[in-house]
Amino acid sequence: MNTHSRQPRLMQGNEAVAEAAIAAGVKFYAGYPISPSSEIAEICAEKLPLVGGTCVQMEDEISGIAACLGASLTGEKAMTATSGPGFSLMQENIGYGVMAEIPCVVVNVQRGGPSIGLPTSPAQGDVMQARWGTHGDHPVITLCPSSVLEAYSLTIKAVNFSEKYRNPVILLLDEVVGHMREKVELPEEGTLEIVRRKLPECDPEDYQPFKADDDGVPPMAPLGSGYRYHITGLYHDETGFPSSRPQVVEDLIRRLHRKIEDAKQEICLTKEYRTDDCEILVVSYGISNRSAYRAVKDAREQGIKAGLLTLHTLWPFPEEALKEAASHASKVIVAELNLGQMKQEVERILAGQVRVEGLNKVNGEIFTPNEILAGLGGTI
Amino acid sequence: MKPELRQYFRLNRLPHIWCPGCGNGIVVGALVRAIHDQGLNQDEVVIVSGIGCSSRASGYLDFNTVHTVHGRALAFATGIKLANPKLTVFVLMGDGDAAAIGGNHLIHAARRNIDLKAIVFNNSIYGMTGGQVSPLTPQGKRATTAPYGVVANAFDLTELAKGAGATFVARGTAYHVVQLTDLLKQGIRHKGFSLVEAVTQCPVAYGRQNKPADPDKMLRWQKENAVNIRNRHKYSQEELEGKFLTGVLCKKDATEFTEGYQHLRDLLDSHE
Ligand SMILES: Cc1ncc(C[n+]2csc(CCOP(=O)(O)OP(=O)(O)O)c2C)c(N)n1
Repeated sequence: MNTHSRQPRLMQGNEAVAEAAIAAGVKFYAGYPISPSSEIAEICAEKLPLVGGTCVQMEDEISGIAACLGASLTGEKAMTATSGPGFSLMQENIGYGVMAEIPCVVVNVQRGGPSIGLPTSPAQGDVMQARWGTHGDHPVITLCPSSVLEAYSLTIKAVNFSEKYRNPVILLLDEVVGHMREKVELPEEGTLEIVRRKLPECDPEDYQPFKADDDGVPPMAPLGSGYRYHITGLYHDETGFPSSRPQVVEDLIRRLHRKIEDAKQEICLTKEYRTDDCEILVVSYGISNRSAYRAVKDAREQGIKAGLLTLHTLWPFPEEALKEAASHASKVIVAELNLGQMKQEVERILAGQVRVEGLNKVNGEIFTPNEILAGLGGTI
Repeated sequence: MKPELRQYFRLNRLPHIWCPGCGNGIVVGALVRAIHDQGLNQDEVVIVSGIGCSSRASGYLDFNTVHTVHGRALAFATGIKLANPKLTVFVLMGDGDAAAIGGNHLIHAARRNIDLKAIVFNNSIYGMTGGQVSPLTPQGKRATTAPYGVVANAFDLTELAKGAGATFVARGTAYHVVQLTDLLKQGIRHKGFSLVEAVTQCPVAYGRQNKPADPDKMLRWQKENAVNIRNRHKYSQEELEGKFLTGVLCKKDATEFTEGYQHLRDLLDSHE
């Protein structure tokens, strides 16, 4: 991943998230314990006070994310972590973060749902909740690692994107990626690209807190820095004060979408494996991607022209990469631990050009490579 | 308005949304006077509010202002204060905001004894949404969702805050505005979680359903039913029935949360 890497070490996925967050400058963690995410809180509780940061266990997930948003308003980078039930509770405040443009990382280590579901088994059932969980027509960024090393690198990306685009970023792990331990060679801290939100350069009197620059993102003054302004979850104009004027409303919601939409080139992260000439394309993400990779490799050895598109960004969906990878394919298989949430999206994008099939597993276990190989028509 | 107070208002945001006769403006006036008298630096004051009529106050005040979501103002404020303890953080809430949807956050902010200055505008009703029942609507009174009168008990928020560990708890009224200003000043000076309940009138959503609906009569009701805690001994238990106590109801010292956390950081530092 990087030429300047540190000594190899054994690391857990959740540990990678906590370590990466701190390396990316996160100084504030607030949350509520829940399996399979609690290690993130525990590591933050141990490490953050050592770096002048703060970790606080709140009374629930609603206050966990609320405290993070509050901390972020003062200029700190903030993160919270949870799993399905807690992710459901956070939804209203995720919308507040979108509306008030507050950087924040929300980690959801997915378990089986609905409801209390399967507390320590993997699932990928929150893909659409990550997209549409909070009410209203909102933009969102969601990243999804499939290994411990990716948990590290994508956490750094998540912090960076949240700062750069002033939007909550959701990091979707699953129980296996969160809990498994792998050998990783982490990049040297000095080599990491770390992004900080833009600060205003104008005088406080001239500050228009929600007037965006050309990139669609307004500079953000920390509370207490002399730029006194108003923040609200109501529709507001560039001054930050509420307005329900149709033009103001439309301009704001369109800008919020546009700032993410226009940055898709940077935000949409994928990895291609043998997609150049593939006739059957597997699309996968998270832990399912690991089994899919092995299956595609085995299929190729058997002469099946298979390829794999790994989604590291789930939202906004990497449409271009999908169209490119599927350009020679006669069939696309979406392998995921749910009943076809991403398959629908893939179908929508390929719009009848290619047959799209779902490979779904919803029993609390991950795919074996052979299950996917069988889907590719390979011999087991 | 006194000229020296004008600087604290965003005058171009006025007129406010409050109905004629509403007590919210009186409470905000007391707050601004308290801030002025305590000489707080405007740039270092944060006003966090929830959702409701009273929570709209944040938009009219020229400080760092954050109008959050219903019930969670204290949780946002907890993050703000922890991340930058130098800020003086006020949290404005309605009685529904603080006692119903946000009740759990109130309990835990009090328990942590984090230095937040919570102010509850208690109009005994959900004003913004048109007069539904609040946990602080007295038993038997009417609300749009209690057309036959409220069946359940109302609770005393100040007792709740005390029980949860708040180190400064007080109650004032819109009528006793000098006392209210003084209580807010004491809350500002106090290091730790402070809760000031401001009993205020809502002639439109509460008064019209429960009578009297005239603001002056509602203010008179406050005058006649408030018992300053200093005079409590003059009343028998029966005489106190239906009345409420005002003044400083609890004040004690305990470790403030952000200071406690800094102490932890320092300890860890010295062990390295
Ligand atoms: C999650 C959520 N539920 C409900 C509402 C609707 N709502 C807005 S304000 C309010 C209650 C207002 O009453 P109170 O908190 O006492 O404040 P007041 O308006 O009387 O000042 C309600 C129920 C909301 N905004 N958000």
